[in-house]
Formats: sequence, C-alpha cells, structure tokens
Amino acid sequence: MNLVLICPILVPFLTAVSCLLAWNNRNLQRIASAIGACALFGCTLPLFLSVWLDGIQASQMGNWPAPFGITLVADLFSASMVVLSGLTGLTVVIFSLAAIDAERENFGFHSLMHFLLMGVCGAFLTGDIFNLYVWFEVLLISSFVLLQLGGEKAQLEGAIKYVTINLVSSALFLTAIAILYGLIGTLNMADLAVQLKDVQRKEMLTTVSILFLLAFGIKAAIFPLFFWLPASYHTPPAPVSAIFAGLLTKVGVYSLVRVFTLMFAAQDSAQIHQLLLAAAGLTMLTGILGALVQNDFRRILSFNLISHIGYMIMGLGMFTPLAIAGLVFYTVHDVIVKTCLFLVGGIIHRLGGTYKLSKLGGLYENRPLLAILFLAPALSLAGMPPLSGFWGKLALVKAGLDRGHYLIVAVALVVGLLTLYSMAIVWTEAFWKKAPDAGALLLAPSLHNWLFYIVPVAILASLTILIGFFPEAFFDFAERSAEQLIDPTDYIKTVLGKST
Amino acid sequence: MEVVLAFVIGGLYAAAIYLMMRRSIVKLIIGLALLGHAANLLIFTIGRLVRGAPPIIDHGKTHLIGQFADPVPEALILTAIVIGFGVSAFAIVLIWRSHETIGTDDLDEMQATDSFD
Repeated sequence: MNLVLICPILVPFLTAVSCLLAWNNRNLQRIASAIGACALFGCTLPLFLSVWLDGIQASQMGNWPAPFGITLVADLFSASMVVLSGLTGLTVVIFSLAAIDAERENFGFHSLMHFLLMGVCGAFLTGDIFNLYVWFEVLLISSFVLLQLGGEKAQLEGAIKYVTINLVSSALFLTAIAILYGLIGTLNMADLAVQLKDVQRKEMLTTVSILFLLAFGIKAAIFPLFFWLPASYHTPPAPVSAIFAGLLTKVGVYSLVRVFTLMFAAQDSAQIHQLLLAAAGLTMLTGILGALVQNDFRRILSFNLISHIGYMIMGLGMFTPLAIAGLVFYTVHDVIVKTCLFLVGGIIHRLGGTYKLSKLGGLYENRPLLAILFLAPALSLAGMPPLSGFWGKLALVKAGLDRGHYLIVAVALVVGLLTLYSMAIVWTEAFWKKAPDAGALLLAPSLHNWLFYIVPVAILASLTILIGFFPEAFFDFAERSAEQLIDPTDYIKTVLGKST
Repeated sequence: MEVVLAFVIGGLYAAAIYLMMRRSIVKLIIGLALLGHAANLLIFTIGRLVRGAPPIIDHGKTHLIGQFADPVPEALILTAIVIGFGVSAFAIVLIWRSHETIGTDDLDEMQATDSFD
C-alpha cells in the first residue's frame, strides 16, 4: 500500500464526511472545509514529488495482484492533474467562504465540494477502467447537486440539460466497457493495453474506441457534443462554475488522453487521429464564434472554455512527442487560467450585481487591482507572450508545422486572435467604458471577505505569469510526461510488474 | 438465449433513445432509466451466459476447469445498478422541483439558459 496515492482520495472524503457531521454548525463546516482543502493540496505535493523523482507509482488496493484487483497509479500527467485539483480546490474553497450564501452552506455546499474533489482525484488516479466509471459517477452526482443547489429557475433548467447529457455519456461509457470486457475479459487498463495488441476482431475495437470517444467527448465538450456546457455552466454561483470549468471538462480530456495513448495507440489509429483533428478544429472555431456574440461574462467564458478544449484535442490528434507535451502544458495552463477567469467573473458579479457586459462598466477606474487580475489570465488565454498560454500554443503550433498539419495550425492561430478579440470586448465593456449609471457599483465587501475574494485570484494569476516567465522548467516536465504517455511500457510494467 | 437477450437489449436502447427525444421531462427520465438497464443487460450478456456452473474450484484442484459463470460482470452490474438507483432518485426529484419552479414539463419551453439576451 502506497499512502501518497490514497491520500488525495481519502482526505477529501474525510473532509466531506466531517462537513456532513457538522451539518447544524455552519462555522464548523467552513473551518473543516478550509482545513480539508489545505490538507488536500498539501498531500498532492508529495505524490507529485515521488512521481517526479522515482517514476510512475502504483499501488494495488486490498493487495490483490495486478490485473484482478483495482490499481491506483500515478504517472506524471495524472500526478500533475491531481496537484491542479488540489490547487483549484483550495482556491475555490477559499473563494466560496466569501462568495457562497449562508443558505447554500447550510445545505451541504462544502461537503459536496469535497465529494466532487474526491471524484476528480479518483478519476485521475485509477488504473482500472470500470473504477474510472465509478469515479466519474461520484464526481457527476456531486456536480449535479452542486449545480442545482439553491434551486433558482435557471439553475434547474441548466441542471436538467447537464444531468441528461452526462447520464447519456455515462451509459455510452458503460456500453464501451461492456464490449471491451466481452472482447478481452479484463478491466485493468495496463492489462488491456497489453492484450488489445493481439485481439483478432479489429472491427469491434473500432466500435469500442468510437464509443469511448463519444462518451469522453461529451464530458470534455468537444464539437459537436458541447451544447450542454454553455446551457448550464453559467447558472450556478461563481465558485461552482469555476471548479466545473477548471476541472470537470479536463477530466474528460484526461480520460481521452489516457484511453487513446495507452489502450488504442497500438492499433492502426490514423483514422481516429484524423477524426480527433477535425473535431479539434471545429471545437476551436465554433467555441470562439459562440463567445463573440454573447453579452454575458460567464457565457463568453463558457464558450471560450469549449474553444480551448480544442487545443488539447489537437495535441492528442497530432500524436507526436512534442504535440503531447504541448497538450500537457496547455492542460495545466488552461486549468489555472479558466478557474481564475471564472473567479474574476464572480468578483465582477459581486461588485456590479450583474454578469451582463452592457450593464457593467467603470471597473478599471474604481478597481485597478481587479483589472490587473483580469488582464493577466485573459491575455494568457489569448496566448500573449510571455504568459503561459503562449508557450502551450507555441509547442502545439510547432508540432503541427513539423508534421505538415497546416490547416489545423491556421485554425489554431486564427482562434488565438479571436480569443484576444473576445477578451478585448470584455475589457472595453466591463473595465474601460464608463459605468452606464453612476454609482452602480455596490459597496465593497468587508476587508476579510475582500481577502477571500482576491487572494485565490491573485494566486492563480501569478501562477500563469510564473509559468510564462519560467517556461523551461515547466516544459521539461511536460516533455517527460509526454514521454511516459507516448511509450506506456513503464506504465504497464509498474502496474503489472511486482505486486506490492 | 443470447439471441433473445440481444433483441431485448436492442429494443431497450431504441426505446430509451426514442423516449429521450420526446418533449416531456417524465419520458426523459424513463428513457434514462431504460438506457441504464440496457447497458447493464449488455454487460450481463456479453460476459457469456452459462447455466449451472458456479465459479467454484473443486476440491484438490488449483484452478477452474471448463466453462463457468464469470462473477465479474455480475459485480459490475451490481455496482452500476446501485449507482443508477441513486442517480434516478436524484433525477426524479430534480424534474419534480423543476416542474414546480419552471411551471412546465415541456423541454421545448425550457430555453431560458440557451437564449440570447
């Protein structure tokens, strides 16, 4: 048993349970939630460190030898995603201490948030395909409840669409697992990777891989499966949409990467890669075009979120070491930047009382600090050097040019420009233009609430600047993760090798 | 038996998708439940149907010989059923609350979150 692998699942579980035990005491829940979030972030760091220093870590649950029991396994990509879950969890929990109303807190907001984090960490760490389904359900059920908690009309409407489409995706996922099990008779992903190589009925494998693509594509919101996202992500309170935007779609991307690098890479996969590239290009384009016509801050961000999933899928579709490294780098960047922007949206809502750009204004004049905290992630999103988004895009574009994928590179560059345009609209509307009616800004929250609002955003914004200024260290990490993803020999050996 | 079940599963998938394309939220939930059942039955069938051969190792042997009923698909289905039960319970309460708040059971009228402003 390897404790560092279990802690990221165990800590949020214990936190959630203690929040439930303190059901009647809101202050106790807040304290437990904050401590739990710190502890989660704290225990993800040793995991990353041990993976960085000693290579891939695996642990057999209940000491059942490898293909029979459930394996927890962390390679660099999953370890870094767990660290990011800890980081987003921590920032969002701090933010929600100020931004979530007492009623939602009384109805279990904090325990749901930690159950969600448990599901996300579990999905990143599991090495078993059916277990991945179970973690998906854990995080989905928590996200369902978080989405509709509060019961506003828009929330319930959004929740119906979100719940339906995600349940369809789960059913597709389950169907794919069923066929895969019937074909091979194992559920361990490393074992699957080994045995898939000598399956006779290749046509069934195509069916299964397309089912996986559909199931995870819905969760990752790729074209043409993304329509549930802009219909629901802008309805719940800001911290909830921030953690959804930062983590949930990335779980879909992570699963796509895991399945298509580990299990379906050995097959003749040129068609799948073509399909992924086409989906990536269309995701980028439709996403950003959707963002340009919106007037609601969070809906602009939701469409931008879809658009930038396209970049990650593009990396997966090109499938060269540099492209996968670009994908890893871009995913890390996107989690940080999207969470940050959605939290900034929450602050703007708190100050202006609305998300509608036409009714906002004058924020640059009145809140210069907030303006800077918006500008850093917004420019990073658009890919302005030297912020983190630039380096991710650079790697992806270079990988595309090396392999002659000129069309997708052109799309990626145009979409980068349009992203800048879309962020410039937000900047001029919400920050630069005069407020439509003077004195529309609500009173600033009290000082310690203000800290709860600003500190998480500042942490995330400075991270994107930091990555931008020291891209070499982060790129080194991305390249090592890509090596592990492209050549899964180590992964398979660690999981199936010696049983500890 | 496999052939019969194959038709049942196909029918369940078809019925589920048909129901989900209707406009009523009640039919939507029934469709979702059927979709889960279809996937569960698929796991059950695809794990091979074997009668009267429990996966028990005979005395003195070290491993199973011949055909036996695979317990793993059943464990998977059990897990999926429990999850499906919880999700259905949530979904039913959700549509009830939505019906109370929004005042309609017609999905075509739930456009507030998709419309422009």
